Amino acid sequence: MTELQAGEGAQAVGIARPRARPRRNRDVLIALIAFIVLAALPMIFSSKLLLDFVIRCAAYGLFATSLNLLVGYTGLISFGHGMFFGLGAYGFGLMMQKTGVPVPVAFVATLAITFVVAAVIGAICVRLKEIYFAFVTLAFQMLIHSTILSWVSLTGGDQGLRGGIPRPPFLGIDLSNHHHLYIAACALLVLGLLLMRQIAQSPFGYTLRMIRDNATRASFVGIDVWRAKLTIFVLAALFASTGGIIMALFVSGAYPEFAYWTISGEGIFINMLGGVTTFLGPMVGTVLLLILNDTVTRLTEYHGIVLGIVILFFAIGLRKGLMDFVVEWAAQRRGKAEERAP
Amino acid sequence: MLEIRGLSKSFGGVKATDNVSLDFADGSLTAVIGPNGAGKSTFFNLITGALRPDAGQVLLNGIDMAGKTPPEIVRHGIGRAFQVASIFPSLTVEETMLAAVCADQRRAGVLHRRFPLPETRDRAEHAMELLGLVNKRGRTAATLSHGDQKLLDIALALVLDPKVLLLDEPTAGMGTEERWRMIDKVRELWEREKITVVFIEHDMDIVFKIAPEIVVLCYGRILATGTPDAIRRNDAVIEAYLGSEDHAGAVA
Repeated sequence: MTELQAGEGAQAVGIARPRARPRRNRDVLIALIAFIVLAALPMIFSSKLLLDFVIRCAAYGLFATSLNLLVGYTGLISFGHGMFFGLGAYGFGLMMQKTGVPVPVAFVATLAITFVVAAVIGAICVRLKEIYFAFVTLAFQMLIHSTILSWVSLTGGDQGLRGGIPRPPFLGIDLSNHHHLYIAACALLVLGLLLMRQIAQSPFGYTLRMIRDNATRASFVGIDVWRAKLTIFVLAALFASTGGIIMALFVSGAYPEFAYWTISGEGIFINMLGGVTTFLGPMVGTVLLLILNDTVTRLTEYHGIVLGIVILFFAIGLRKGLMDFVVEWAAQRRGKAEERAP
Repeated sequence: MLEIRGLSKSFGGVKATDNVSLDFADGSLTAVIGPNGAGKSTFFNLITGALRPDAGQVLLNGIDMAGKTPPEIVRHGIGRAFQVASIFPSLTVEETMLAAVCADQRRAGVLHRRFPLPETRDRAEHAMELLGLVNKRGRTAATLSHGDQKLLDIALALVLDPKVLLLDEPTAGMGTEERWRMIDKVRELWEREKITVVFIEHDMDIVFKIAPEIVVLCYGRILATGTPDAIRRNDAVIEAYLGSEDHAGAVA
């Protein structure tokens, strides 16, 4: 949050501060390297399990990171963010099953639907103060979940969208091919993270930080707080929806659980696990949670208890997420090193 | 020119601001004084849009601010600092300034560029320099001393290039020495920036020393306005306010 501080020392000794463009280029470079590494993974490890794991990380990671734009950057604690994950999965699945449009068209159309729904729900919710915002977003989540359950003719009710989602090839990409799907998921993940990073580091990202810290003061600086909150609510929904689309592609279907409130809960859980003060905290949290989930469910049927203990450890023991902890630890070490060599 | 016309606000049956009319000339420095509960902060809240007036007008160069929202009023050029420093705890001093200028330049919603924007630098520098915060630019606001947080709060108002600056007790919670340093700062930036400054202050010594114009509020009404000398000699003021406290000495 205080990246400028790093630049301060440099300026004090007369070195030019890193300009905005190189910092973006650095992010793009990191993203590219991450994508290449992920894309090369299948050549080294042929395990389908590992690739499946990465695809799930992509779906949940986009969802959790977008939630952090609300929770960590804006101070909007949404308990209903999972509705957009579900909306993405169902929107995309239905579009492919019912209309047979090409994949990219269904993708864009799903995001367009998400945009409209998020704008309407957001317009109602972002006016509300903390706890009311949390509860009303949760209420909308329940509403969407109930709609999916009861509209059996369209959604298949509690059975979900069955019979598979057709994934016709486009532009030489065949998403029914596991390897193609894997690469596409990685590309969406990396691109999504890069876009969210840009949002977080843009002037708008700092507007969000001001609102989180002190919304009243932000309005006396001339910021239209309501509009800024609504904007980030809708943007975050788009990325959550993209996560849902990846999930629908992965399981070739959509199930009511994708829109259940527990998805939102998992998002909050991931953010607590990874930490909300760093951009990549939620991504780390996603990997942790999925590993925990996979290993613990294999070992015991009481996985809920184990996950509960882990979250208690982070919430009460560390009082922060893993990445927060790592960042603070690194800062302390740097501080000590400077003391020793003044 | 800031003109207040018949401004009124009631809470329950209590008239916090009762038919107040005042003119603040361009480039004037005015102190607002009055006992606790006189309606000083309410008066500021009505001008800046934090509260909606029941009646009356707040005219800035002829445009009525009454009923507008705080962001709209700020953009018209009325900035304010708060009694309890209102800052962004996790942002550094410099980030605070840069982000505020962004907002003032209507770039608070820019998504495609990186923070900070080069075109916001000069104004941010200027404000930090005016308030003496340059060598604390990298400090997180939460880690600043109380006095520096008050300065940052004022810088946050000033960096927006206001025509009128309202300071709600700039010296609140400060020791004697610090108070004088703060008030010197206020006077200095008033002289340098040539803007209209209105400030609330409790310390009579300070008020009589530095404010060319004084407004005395009592129970939401204007008791007196005028120069320090006129206020000192005003019988109503002596009786209602000054006489009742230990400031009788300052009056005599």
